[in-house]
Amino acid sequence: MSDLHANSALFVRKEMLPPSDPPALESGAIKWLRENLFSGWLNSTLTVLGLAAIFFVLKLGLPWFLHGVWNANSLGECREIIAATWGEDAHGACWAVIRERWNQFMFGFYPRELYWRPVLALLLLMVALAPVLFSEKSNKLWIAGGVIAVLILWLSVSYGQWIPVGILVLLAAITGYLGSRGVHWPVNLLWFTGVYTGLAFWLLWGGTIWLPVVALLGFVVGWIAFRFASNAVGTIVGAGAGAIAAILWWYFAAGALSDTLTGLTGRTQPFWLRGVDSDEFGGFVLAFTIGIAGIAISLPMGIILALGRRSDMPLVKAICVGFIEFIRGVPLITLLFVASLLLNYFLPPGTNFDIILRVIIMVTLFSAAYIAEVIRGGLAALPRGQYEAADALGLDYWKAQRLIIMPQALKISIPGIVSSFIGLFKDTTLVVFVALLDPLKGITDAVRAAIEWKGVYWEPYIFVGAIFFIVCFSMSRYAMYLENKLKREHR
Amino acid sequence: MATAADTPRESFRLGMLIYDTRYRSITIQTIVVILAMAGVWWLYDNLMANLTALDKTPSFSFLWNRAGYDINQTLIPYTNDDTHLRAMLVGLVNTILVAVLGCVAATVVGVIVGVLRLSKNWLVARLMTVYVEGFRNVPVLLWILVIFAVLTEITPQPRDFKVTDEMIAAGEEPAASMILLDTVAITNRGTFVPAALYERSLGEIKIGFLPISLNTLAILAVIVGSILGYRAIKKHATAVQEATGIRPVTWWKSLLVLFGPIIVLLLALGFHLEIPTLGGFNFTGGILVSNALMALWLGLTLYTAAFIAEIVRAGIMAISKGQSEASFALGLRPGRTMSLIILPQALRVIIPPLISQYLNLTKNSSLAIAVSYMDLRGTLGGITLNQTGRELECMLILMLTYLALSLLISSGMNVYNNAVKLKER
Amino acid sequence: MKKSVFLGTLAASALLAGFASAATLDDVKARGELICGVNTGLTGFAAPDANGNWQGFDVAICKAVAAAVLGDASKVKYVPTTGETRFTALASGEIDMLARNTTWTFSRDADLKFTFTGVNYYDGQGFMVKKDLGVSSAKELDGATVCIQTGTTTELNLADFFKVNNMSYQPVAIQTNAEGEQQYLAGACDAYTTDASGLAATRAVFADPENHIILPEIISKEPLGPLVRHGDDQWADINRWVLNALIAAEEFGVTSANVEELSKGTENPEVNRILGTEGDLGAMIGLDKEWGKRAIAAEGNYGEIFAKYLGESTPIGLARGLNAQWTQGGLLYTPPFR
Repeated sequence: MSDLHANSALFVRKEMLPPSDPPALESGAIKWLRENLFSGWLNSTLTVLGLAAIFFVLKLGLPWFLHGVWNANSLGECREIIAATWGEDAHGACWAVIRERWNQFMFGFYPRELYWRPVLALLLLMVALAPVLFSEKSNKLWIAGGVIAVLILWLSVSYGQWIPVGILVLLAAITGYLGSRGVHWPVNLLWFTGVYTGLAFWLLWGGTIWLPVVALLGFVVGWIAFRFASNAVGTIVGAGAGAIAAILWWYFAAGALSDTLTGLTGRTQPFWLRGVDSDEFGGFVLAFTIGIAGIAISLPMGIILALGRRSDMPLVKAICVGFIEFIRGVPLITLLFVASLLLNYFLPPGTNFDIILRVIIMVTLFSAAYIAEVIRGGLAALPRGQYEAADALGLDYWKAQRLIIMPQALKISIPGIVSSFIGLFKDTTLVVFVALLDPLKGITDAVRAAIEWKGVYWEPYIFVGAIFFIVCFSMSRYAMYLENKLKREHR
Repeated sequence: MATAADTPRESFRLGMLIYDTRYRSITIQTIVVILAMAGVWWLYDNLMANLTALDKTPSFSFLWNRAGYDINQTLIPYTNDDTHLRAMLVGLVNTILVAVLGCVAATVVGVIVGVLRLSKNWLVARLMTVYVEGFRNVPVLLWILVIFAVLTEITPQPRDFKVTDEMIAAGEEPAASMILLDTVAITNRGTFVPAALYERSLGEIKIGFLPISLNTLAILAVIVGSILGYRAIKKHATAVQEATGIRPVTWWKSLLVLFGPIIVLLLALGFHLEIPTLGGFNFTGGILVSNALMALWLGLTLYTAAFIAEIVRAGIMAISKGQSEASFALGLRPGRTMSLIILPQALRVIIPPLISQYLNLTKNSSLAIAVSYMDLRGTLGGITLNQTGRELECMLILMLTYLALSLLISSGMNVYNNAVKLKER
Repeated sequence: MKKSVFLGTLAASALLAGFASAATLDDVKARGELICGVNTGLTGFAAPDANGNWQGFDVAICKAVAAAVLGDASKVKYVPTTGETRFTALASGEIDMLARNTTWTFSRDADLKFTFTGVNYYDGQGFMVKKDLGVSSAKELDGATVCIQTGTTTELNLADFFKVNNMSYQPVAIQTNAEGEQQYLAGACDAYTTDASGLAATRAVFADPENHIILPEIISKEPLGPLVRHGDDQWADINRWVLNALIAAEEFGVTSANVEELSKGTENPEVNRILGTEGDLGAMIGLDKEWGKRAIAAEGNYGEIFAKYLGESTPIGLARGLNAQWTQGGLLYTPPFR
């Protein structure tokens, strides 16, 4: 065969040719361009349009951006500097307004020497959230913990306050002690999550420490009563007894106890912090306070509403559905107006809640309805087998919820909860319409009311928008990461 | 205690209310209802006590008093001699106007952006991602304020359009001029667009408070008729094609049916445009679309469209790749694949979250307060509330109206959702 | 009034503004602080400075009341209120008194159940336009776009004015003075209308006040004054007579500079009664003898306050006009202290 072939063929190649280069149009950058940008007339048009849009935006914005001035005391001065450096016709941003009013954007009119308190509250929030968000231990947690500890130390040193370090040491000591007694992560930090609400309230508003302590003790009292009563007469009666005990505690004992303790300790640190009025809150401190308080308090409410909505009991279900749909059917702004105009009418004659507290109440109700829907989604996503398995084990309703259903449903719901937090955080800007100083419009208007900054429009908007973007974008990325992780775990 | 095997005993003991699952749910419901009612009663009792202390009695009679204030953008006739109720309706119509405009525009923009975000075009896909993330992660209030500031700060004042004799003599151009063949003027007060006028008007009929122009009705009727006629022609052409294999030439028929009747009608009515002209302080004539409406509409549209784009993208990605491959195998072009194969299927995934976006947009329209657009909150919850001091009544009506709007939208969309839902056999 | 113990404690904390009971005076004394509702920011009347200290003509009234009642003019908590929230804040007891350039009208007095304790500024609604608009009278504003601040009586006055003069206009309703300024300066409205004093205050902070004119027409009567809730006559009396004491002090030449000296005793028995060296007027309104002296010492008499915040030496530069003493051809006329 081969013989024949060799004889019959005039030429037989003995070795392979080296591969030749692809045509210039089918390789490298040109190929990429052709495939990704100019693959057809439609795509080419879109590309050209896109390029034109980018060019237009850059042409308008870039010189303005680059000509920005950071050091000036008024808008007029800014314009003079720009005219002197870039010529008479140049336009430029006046970032000096941000530099000069930075504190107001961040803290509103919060007393300057007390800035460490909201900052500390924010740092401790990270600590309080850690056991909820990171259920397994990792080295990253140690690094994050170290960073937070260093920041708290720095806070202590720069403001000459020992309270931040004191709290840090107490926190580390209790967590370490619990850890040494065999309580594992994240439970050994979970106690702090419970305590945090009271602590944050105390740090932000000041006053006596005994009020939040005594208020938190109410939960402990309720829990003890629940344990005793449920051992004796069963879970349901126990729960009722616990609730009644806690309410009795708050109604009768708490006030007197707090007064007595405050009388004993007097107005000395660490039992007393300088009081800060609500009208001194503003800027991002206000946005974070309302947003985080709203989500934190609404979470338990949302869980109960979601359970109620999925309940077999028609009346309970009707009440929950009615509440959720009513709240979801009206704009937040009307609820804020209710907070500012009407809420006092619905409280006992003579009581008079502060406007921030009223806003937090309404925001909490608002977000509870949305959280309830998120958690309902989480409950619905659980396979039916989980419920049946819990029933098969003979667990009663609450035990099944607590041990089987809720841990899984809440885990699935975390991305949704983060998303509703993002939504709520953005919506905190609406409080400006009830005369609170939100960072977007309240503080910006206050800044513009000053003679030296009259006429500054874009810079504060861009600055505040950028901060909102950074916070919301990173949180939404985090929610996406969680979602992907959950998907992997379920596979 | 009784075991499951025991037959239930006849005698009823109090303990059974708690321990017997047959009665327990009744007990719990009773307690919950009693607690809820006690809560409501507590609120009501406080309210009454507070109102008595202030010597106020709730009454809605103020709605029939003269409002006395003017509203700059009204779709239904209104003067300051009308009642507060009428002012409230003006506000309601304005709310619905911006909500409808917003929903339509946001859907269009959202679908386009959502599709483009999945485009193979690297640049466009990236640009759309920037748009979506940029708008989603910043408060909508910011966008409304920024757009409003752009409209008031950058667009020219009406007086910039003025041409004086000196300017003509010096050969100068006015600082600003109208666009689209001198018919539309964009000013920092609003956009003045031509209004439709009819020389031989058919008049109008009143349905309740709402006057409806017979001209508009006639035009709408003719347009609907034309479209039906066009469909009939196409159907006939298809029938002929199926029977003979040759599609008859129909384009001239279609054109005639689509445009002929409306042109005839407009000529018969003596249709002409009233072009806004500069007079005194403002442009007169034409229709004013105020900047407040414009800013609110654009802001809501762009913000909601970013969310809708994500919904559309998720909906498209939920369709299995086999569908588009099958479509390509059938020889359909990418555009037709999208419109005939992918989108109709994606619609089922898209619609439920879309409903909640429509609801959000409608509720967010109350941000009109930021740009002084006179929506329901601006009239009833704003000036009326201030002038009458009836905050309880005003807020009650305001919330119930928004609630009714929300329920209306969600029930309407649910009907639609059920219609397109996958019918499982 | 029944209060639970816990709510009582909460009241002591920063979160609760306090309890409003029938006797506002007792509440204020118990709290050690007067809560005064003011404007969110109107130069000259009430505005916080860079350090957050409130200053202005209305604020001075709050300070005088605090000085008379509590003996310390700085013991005031200022609650910024908008046109919408002010009446609710007062009615619900969130604030003890409202000093927020509020017009005294029949329905506010009778229907909203408030007691106006006097007039601290006689005002009227006016118009401000840009000079190059070439308008010299409000009657020439036919067809103009007018910016109005809502939440006041202004939109009604405006509607009436244009109706009476058979003119048309485009109203643009805005929420705050800051927004109004922005719209007006951008040219989004031809004219800006609010109380003439507010216009002057707004114009004062423009970069180019000389390019804006306030038209001569005053289209309404706006007697602005502090107000309190119906039903607490003692508290209303205190507010009324503190204001009257400030006005009377100007009439009798008592100033913050000489009040110490005059309170040792003067020839004029009425001055003596105001300053507490003769008789005991204070006891009749539940205060001590020296209430009047402290009120005047706080920020000076009416004339001093006016000169300090609104007068011709300030950027606002308002003339006394109607707000002069009756002896000077104005409307300020206090009932006698006896």
